[in-house]
Amino acid sequence: MATAPIAVERPGPGWGPRALLRRFRSGDEIAHLVTLLIASSVILITSLLVYELWVNSALSRHKFGWAFFFTRVWDPIFEHFGALPFIYGTLVTSILGLLIAVPLGLGAAIFLAELAPPRVSDALTFVVELLAAVPSVIYGLLAIFTLVPLLREHVEPFLRATLGFLPFFRGPAYGVGFLAGGLVLAVMIVPFIISVSREVLLAVPADQREAALALGATRWEATWKAVVPFARAGILGSIFLALARALGETMAVTMVIGNNPQISASLFAPGYSIAAVIANEFTEATGDLYLAALIELALVLFVLTFILNGLARLLILLTTQRGTAHE
Amino acid sequence: MNKRTLAGVMVSLALAAAVVWAQDPLLLNGAGATFPYPIYSKWFDEYHKLHPSIQINYQSIGSGGGIRQLLAGTVDFGATDGPMNDEQVAQAKVKVLHFPTVLGADVPTYNIPGVKQELNFTPEALAGIFLGTITKWNHAAIAGANPGVNLPGNDIVVVHRSDGSGTTYIWTDYLSKVSNNWKTKVGKGTSVNWPVGLGGKGNEGVTGLIKQTPNSIGYVELIYAVQNNLSYGRVRNSAGSFIKADLASVTAAAAEAAKSMPDDFRVSITDPPGKSAYPIASFTWLLVPAQIQDAKKRDVISGFLRWMLKDGQQYAEPLAYAKLPKEVVEKEMKAIAQIR
Amino acid sequence: MNFRSRWRKIVNAVMLTLTGLCALLAVSALFFILGYLVWHGGKALSGDFFTKLPKPVGEAGGGMANAIVGSAKLLLLASLIGLPIGFFSGVYLAEFGGRRFPFLVRYTTDLLNGVPSIVIGIFAYTIVVLPMRHFSTLAGGIALGIMMIPIAVRSTEEFLRAVPNSLREAAMALGASRWRTITTVVIPAAVRGIVTGVMLDLARVAGETAPLLFTAFSNRFWSPGWNQPTASLPVMIFTYAVAPYEDWHRQAWAAGLVLLGLVLLTNVAGRAILSRGMSVQRP
Repeated sequence: MATAPIAVERPGPGWGPRALLRRFRSGDEIAHLVTLLIASSVILITSLLVYELWVNSALSRHKFGWAFFFTRVWDPIFEHFGALPFIYGTLVTSILGLLIAVPLGLGAAIFLAELAPPRVSDALTFVVELLAAVPSVIYGLLAIFTLVPLLREHVEPFLRATLGFLPFFRGPAYGVGFLAGGLVLAVMIVPFIISVSREVLLAVPADQREAALALGATRWEATWKAVVPFARAGILGSIFLALARALGETMAVTMVIGNNPQISASLFAPGYSIAAVIANEFTEATGDLYLAALIELALVLFVLTFILNGLARLLILLTTQRGTAHE
Repeated sequence: MNKRTLAGVMVSLALAAAVVWAQDPLLLNGAGATFPYPIYSKWFDEYHKLHPSIQINYQSIGSGGGIRQLLAGTVDFGATDGPMNDEQVAQAKVKVLHFPTVLGADVPTYNIPGVKQELNFTPEALAGIFLGTITKWNHAAIAGANPGVNLPGNDIVVVHRSDGSGTTYIWTDYLSKVSNNWKTKVGKGTSVNWPVGLGGKGNEGVTGLIKQTPNSIGYVELIYAVQNNLSYGRVRNSAGSFIKADLASVTAAAAEAAKSMPDDFRVSITDPPGKSAYPIASFTWLLVPAQIQDAKKRDVISGFLRWMLKDGQQYAEPLAYAKLPKEVVEKEMKAIAQIR
Repeated sequence: MNFRSRWRKIVNAVMLTLTGLCALLAVSALFFILGYLVWHGGKALSGDFFTKLPKPVGEAGGGMANAIVGSAKLLLLASLIGLPIGFFSGVYLAEFGGRRFPFLVRYTTDLLNGVPSIVIGIFAYTIVVLPMRHFSTLAGGIALGIMMIPIAVRSTEEFLRAVPNSLREAAMALGASRWRTITTVVIPAAVRGIVTGVMLDLARVAGETAPLLFTAFSNRFWSPGWNQPTASLPVMIFTYAVAPYEDWHRQAWAAGLVLLGLVLLTNVAGRAILSRGMSVQRP
């Protein structure tokens, strides 16, 4: 029981010393101030992060300018640094990952949201979310010993034999390379696509589906033609989210991409991603320009994920809000 | 609820305190070359057994990393097989001393299904393979030096280092000396713009890749090939003989340099004169700052260096590293006094 | 007409099965991962693994005792840094605040959440390792702590908001001040959700490797105090997996099993607590 009706006594207005004192004697103001300060530390930390990235990459930015993004050379000896091979590698593996993960993930999400009985859906979603919790280095560990030999000995020769006329499937089969990187990423981002798409699909108001069914559509038609288009924006958002995640993925990709900063049309070739080169070379970058170039790469990665995440949230918000607005 | 959280807080504080105020052994941190990692980890282990209150933590992140972290001051000592170049020496805020520790060798190690024999490699063959101009195992440049060996027509998978490496320095230093093409196109350094190949992290990573990738070839320090049962080939030296890397040939490579060792110990012994010298051998160095503020750390480092030069050398040969020549040891003992 | 409707029924059946297969594939991936790790890791697990230090390179044997303790220390430090900041920020967002400032806080929290872990590692390197001039458990803990903040903020805010307003109003009607209401009524009502949020946060950060590569570095020995580099399970897995030594591969499997086991157990426990909590709260 409160011993005194503290809350009732509102401190009076004013900023004079006595008024201030009265204000701060009230626990509420203190609590408000303390939590406000701590919340602003989050803003402080994030701003400091961006600042540090900006400042520490200054040497590289000033020396190379915009040419940094179009230079293919990464030569620590002659100090020519260009981001193109890494941007290429990051994009290729991520897009390959998406090409595989999106149909798979969307299919699974449709199943879980629309077609499965609720308890089965919940149980399976639970398992999928556990998949999202598996650390990256464990994916890498498994990939090195299972995926890479499989690719090298069976999959890549097979692809080369059947689809070798395409430029994507030429060249020696190393096992490691863009294909391995893309596949590992696909497995890692599928859970995100599934869980977000499922939520977005569940947010679609029931009358959409019911209207379609009432008009004689089969279950699949109702789902594909009425529900999914409604959730289009949210599903796109989930794809952006997964892409942002794939771009920044470090350990699993480093372990299977081959670590060679080259641009090659063939998926069998070894490559390099932004996160992988930073992980491999950061502690050894001799020379300030080298280090600044790596930090500039980190800045590029940061900006890319920032834009994608922002777009993703916007799209997901649009869909869920549209759904509730229709009530 | 209140009492429980209070108890929880006290227990965690006590744990934290216990950990912080635990018996504090003297911990030295070093980082650098993977080339000598097997012998260094053995040495630091043995030294710890002799002096239980001293722990020397060495992380093999590559010579480039060793130089970088020492210059940044984040480690107490570094290690490299590519001596610091003049630019890096100028960059150092405190003068850095190079101390040779052992002699090792870069060997061309390969994994060719069906080929168990030792291959002979000419300098031209090695340069061509790593430049990407020789792409198949049965190319004339390789087959010519290996009559009687059934080389397959498979594509060569080149493996090199993805990190800043002294092993790379030694290899590219050698290639720059024997191939003008290499010298102008790629050059020598701890991290170069490789024309072809997969990148492995550390000697460990390269060995791992070669082990798992058929038709591959790479360069690693001798002990890594030996410990992992990988085939490695002979290289033709400047006198025209194909020499296999072993204690005798590596020691022979250093014979010339031992007599005329410069004061700062920075010297290259690749492609040396000598009938039985192995052409791709090198010293490997510990990098120690000439001025160490902490007296205890200073004593530990000096003490370790002395131990390493006298008793430590006996551990080198079982791990396929060659001992330092006598003249070098004597010169180093005197140089230790420079650490103040 | 008949053909058309038959065709539609076929398409329906095919697509339903396909999507079901997709779901099955996704789910079986987890069982594959788990099964593989249990098989290979289980073989390599032994008492030595948990109690011994690593041996010199090339020699068989040894364990990862220092990595296990190192990971525990890192997580402890990360919680001490990330959880209070996250928790109080979440309280601020849920209970206080107007329009603009909370929006900014939420926006930066989301931003921080999306930053790749390796970039956070670089950040911790520049603000902790460089000024201190060595790698340390402290730097690693700070990096991991920063990664814990966004999830802590979001889950605290979410679960505080889920507490019905009627509870708040009742408390204030009885004369309690705002902060008293929060501390004695709202937070206890949301504590189950907040605790599970903390557990999931820890599980996520326990497996992070990239930020530790240039902050906590690694260590062959025990790491005393907070100022020295320390070994950690994820970094050891990475180092051992890419090396050529068979013995190291076995140890990597064992470490992977231990790490994954702990992470999954924490996740399962957390969600179980949550679902039980939720079902109780239904009006």
